[in-house]
Amino acid sequence: MDLGPQLMLASLDGAVGAAVLALTALGLSLVFGVMRVVNVAHGEFFMLGAMIAWFVASNIAGHPAIGFVGALIIAPLLVGAIAASADWLILKRLDYEPEATIVATIGLLYILQQGALVTFGPVAQAVEAPFNHRIEIPWFEGSNVGWGLFTTSYKLFVIAAAITILLAVWLLLSRTKMGLVMRATQLDRETAQAFGIPVEKVYALTFGFGAALAALSAVLIVPIQQADYLMGGDPLLLSFIVVIIGGLGSLRGTLIAALLIGMSDGIISVFFTPTLAKIIATLVVAMVLVFRPQGLFGAKAQ
Amino acid sequence: MTDQATPKATETPVDENRRSLLKGAAAVGAFAAGTQMLPGMVPYIQAQSSEPIKIGFQVHKTGIGAAYGRWYDRTTRAAAKLINEEGGINGREIEIVAEDDGTDPKRGAEVIEKFATQHKTDVAFGTLFSHVVIGSSPRAGELKMPYFVVSEGHHVASGGLNRYTLQPGITDVKSQVQSMAPWVADNLGKKVTMIYPDFAFGHDHRDFFSEAIAKQGGEVVAKIAIPPTEKSFTKYFPQIPRDTDVLYHVMVGPAVLTFVKELGEFFGGRGPEIFGFLDSLEAVDINTPGLEFLNGSYFWEGNPRYTSDMSSEHDAFYRKAVGVDDTGASVSDSKDIATYSHMFGCWETLHIIKAGMEAADYSGPDDRAKLIEAVENIGVMPHSRAHPQGDKLFNGRTHQSFGHQFISKVEGGRLTPVHKTSIFDGYYPDEVDYTTQKL
Amino acid sequence: MRVDRALILHLAVIALLFAMQYVMSPYHQGNLARILVLATYATGYNILFGYTGLLSLGHALFFAAGMYGAGMTMRYWDFPAIAAFPTGIIAATALAFLIGTLALRTTGVAFMIVTLMFAQAGFLTLLYFNEYTRGDEGFVLPQADRAIGMIDLSADDTRFIAAWVIFSVGLLIALAIVRSKAGRVLIAIRENEERTRMLGFNPFPYKLGAVVVSGAFAGAAGAAYALLFGSVGASFASIQYSIEPLLFVLLGGAGVVLGPLVGSILIFYLIDYAREITTAYLIVVGVALVLLILFARKGVLGSIRRRTDGWLP
Repeated sequence: MDLGPQLMLASLDGAVGAAVLALTALGLSLVFGVMRVVNVAHGEFFMLGAMIAWFVASNIAGHPAIGFVGALIIAPLLVGAIAASADWLILKRLDYEPEATIVATIGLLYILQQGALVTFGPVAQAVEAPFNHRIEIPWFEGSNVGWGLFTTSYKLFVIAAAITILLAVWLLLSRTKMGLVMRATQLDRETAQAFGIPVEKVYALTFGFGAALAALSAVLIVPIQQADYLMGGDPLLLSFIVVIIGGLGSLRGTLIAALLIGMSDGIISVFFTPTLAKIIATLVVAMVLVFRPQGLFGAKAQ
Repeated sequence: MTDQATPKATETPVDENRRSLLKGAAAVGAFAAGTQMLPGMVPYIQAQSSEPIKIGFQVHKTGIGAAYGRWYDRTTRAAAKLINEEGGINGREIEIVAEDDGTDPKRGAEVIEKFATQHKTDVAFGTLFSHVVIGSSPRAGELKMPYFVVSEGHHVASGGLNRYTLQPGITDVKSQVQSMAPWVADNLGKKVTMIYPDFAFGHDHRDFFSEAIAKQGGEVVAKIAIPPTEKSFTKYFPQIPRDTDVLYHVMVGPAVLTFVKELGEFFGGRGPEIFGFLDSLEAVDINTPGLEFLNGSYFWEGNPRYTSDMSSEHDAFYRKAVGVDDTGASVSDSKDIATYSHMFGCWETLHIIKAGMEAADYSGPDDRAKLIEAVENIGVMPHSRAHPQGDKLFNGRTHQSFGHQFISKVEGGRLTPVHKTSIFDGYYPDEVDYTTQKL
Repeated sequence: MRVDRALILHLAVIALLFAMQYVMSPYHQGNLARILVLATYATGYNILFGYTGLLSLGHALFFAAGMYGAGMTMRYWDFPAIAAFPTGIIAATALAFLIGTLALRTTGVAFMIVTLMFAQAGFLTLLYFNEYTRGDEGFVLPQADRAIGMIDLSADDTRFIAAWVIFSVGLLIALAIVRSKAGRVLIAIRENEERTRMLGFNPFPYKLGAVVVSGAFAGAAGAAYALLFGSVGASFASIQYSIEPLLFVLLGGAGVVLGPLVGSILIFYLIDYAREITTAYLIVVGVALVLLILFARKGVLGSIRRRTDGWLP
């Protein structure tokens, strides 16, 4: 295939990855920004979202769209509730001490992953897309292109849905009381408490909300990919990369980095193998943290 | 290319096949002795002990091999039940002691150790994933624990393992791949693009097929390696050259369905001929929405998933015993698709253990060396209830079996076998002689 | 002359471990050999995490460096085992020096993430070069090569003794380090890095020393694992093998020399027992981590030490 169409295809595919990654990483970033908690179990909330989506969709009869919509509502709510109770039961008792919470969320990672194994079994499961049409993309130069340059209606829907959700989250954070309370807590926990903000509740809510975002993006992607109990590793690693490159706690940085990483993952694979791309990305993250630890770590979201 | 090549109907009648097999065996020479020792010809031996024979079953209950593990488990239990109903081994019942290895090599080695020292099993058996075999095999050799793998990897015959590790119940990937090349070149085309997972199993496919297709005057025009953890595949497909005649695909792991779906979306009903290894679709329903494009494409099958006029009575018996219907799904859940191309290996291997133990007059762990020698001499295994996939030839020196392979066409939502290879299509010269290692 | 209670205790534990081989079934003997190798890994990790207060999530990288350092030189350059073992340790130590120099520019959470990322990059690199490393599949070291002179490291008895020697040496080195002046500086850094600095100590070389020593221990354990159990593979570089020493140390008692041994034994048998009940046995790891961090941060020996007026090093 010519380089032009090939890049275009890679960009389209990269855009889907970037959209989902942005949502997932936003959850991680929000939790870090507001609570200063590095949630190592974030990938498992993504996995739970996908598994629950499968469970819901396969238990609702009728058109696949009904099951999908059911999953879209149930999975984030359930996952958010699980996360909020984990916060209440574990993280709160640790007083959100950074290193202790990392150890605790590593423990949570195993508990959620193995819990999913017991509940849903070890086999990869598929969810049928509510709709899926192949859309040919015309390409003018070299008009003999018979196959290959395409996208699907569902992939376009994922991109659109992710953008909509991102806008909604932005509105929520910037225009509602809930967002105001969250931002206040983020800026200064003690002062927020002094002003009568129920910080503990805000934390539980934030942790649940962050996990729900991961679950939501998993529901969106699961008709394209599949759900299995070991799927949490990749989204976790990629979200980490995105959040760190974008600046921990900076939502705008997170979005830009997600776009960059997600798109480049598709485009780099045109030229290099993705394993090499991942090696480079992880090393870049490590180096960013090593050489600009204060600059990126201390970044505040606006 | 857009016109579909019409494949030649090349099924060989079973009898003729058997004759050529035996002739071949004689020609190879080393098996002449083996043919004298057909299982079943051994006189029935009185039970020396009423203790059950313990078979340690290393099973992928969790981890990336779980879909296979579930069916390996069912097949093994069905075979054990049958063997016990028919009087066990040397009059003793067999007991399956299953341990999950998590599809992890380190745990695999520990499981072997546990079989040897805690469960005190007589043999170990049943592993599929190559890295687990490679992790476990050294321990089996050290503990002198006969280790019967059902992995289809080339690691046994390549000489990397040891005298206590055998693969008698399933053909290895080198042989499978090699036997596909002539048919692919004759019926589908000579310019092949390969897509395979980027680890040893995929590299075996890449290397052995490239070599085999070159012998047919064909060539591999592009080799597309996909990292084992990949979740989306479309971005790789543009690397498929436009002048490709045949796309050769093989994929494993939890993302196989995504892989095949995206392949279909990419081509959108056009594109080259498609030839895949069924590994890309094991445990996946061929009628899953999105896979319609596979209609008209071809698959290697180790053992045909759908019954057809090529199916034998032995296959019907085996199918029923394991609980698989005519479409390759579980009789109790039509959504639960078997790993039919691989799991027969468990059934056959258990029967080989039985035959070996009977030939060796096996009475306990002290006879393990005799068991290894007996299995090394097993030679030809005729198509039977014990070997429902077809007859096999075991090379005692390389510890590897050779069997028939199938090529099936996807049509009308079924896989229909159109070609069955002869055992010698997949034969290759020895790369090791394990019998020179001491027991 | 003052009786060196601590030294006597550690020597007694070493003697007890040696005696165990005569009373244990072969199954438990095999387990204990494995546990001792992993406990050596965790004993080194304890110097970093337990004594210096640096939590690394990337030590699997050093374990794998030891394993591949020994395994690759044996496989490709026909190194004898006696040379491959120190090669593994050197490889891990050098890597630990490099990573330590970089990662120690950060602290706390950033240190954890940086070590995690380096280890992940190392793991992916092993997969990327799988033509040489055999990546996910791993490779086998032939039994015949796994011997030092006449000593066959793959036989049950000699393997146990080899594991015991490595652990014992490691334990005594760890004991010597934590009781030395440098060891007290490490503890001071853990308790308050700023104050240590004000007392005139530059913390960096001490912290780097702790990273390097723990890396060397990890490398020794990895190389020993390759030699004693014969398999080398990328899965040993995965995140799970970074978390294991953390878990052993937390459970046994961070900052207690014998803690990692106790933790390794308990976790090994806890998992072994859990396997009998469920396929989801790794849930043990999760539950143990959460309970420990919530209710018993000092671990088993840490809690005991509090009741024995703190002489346990």
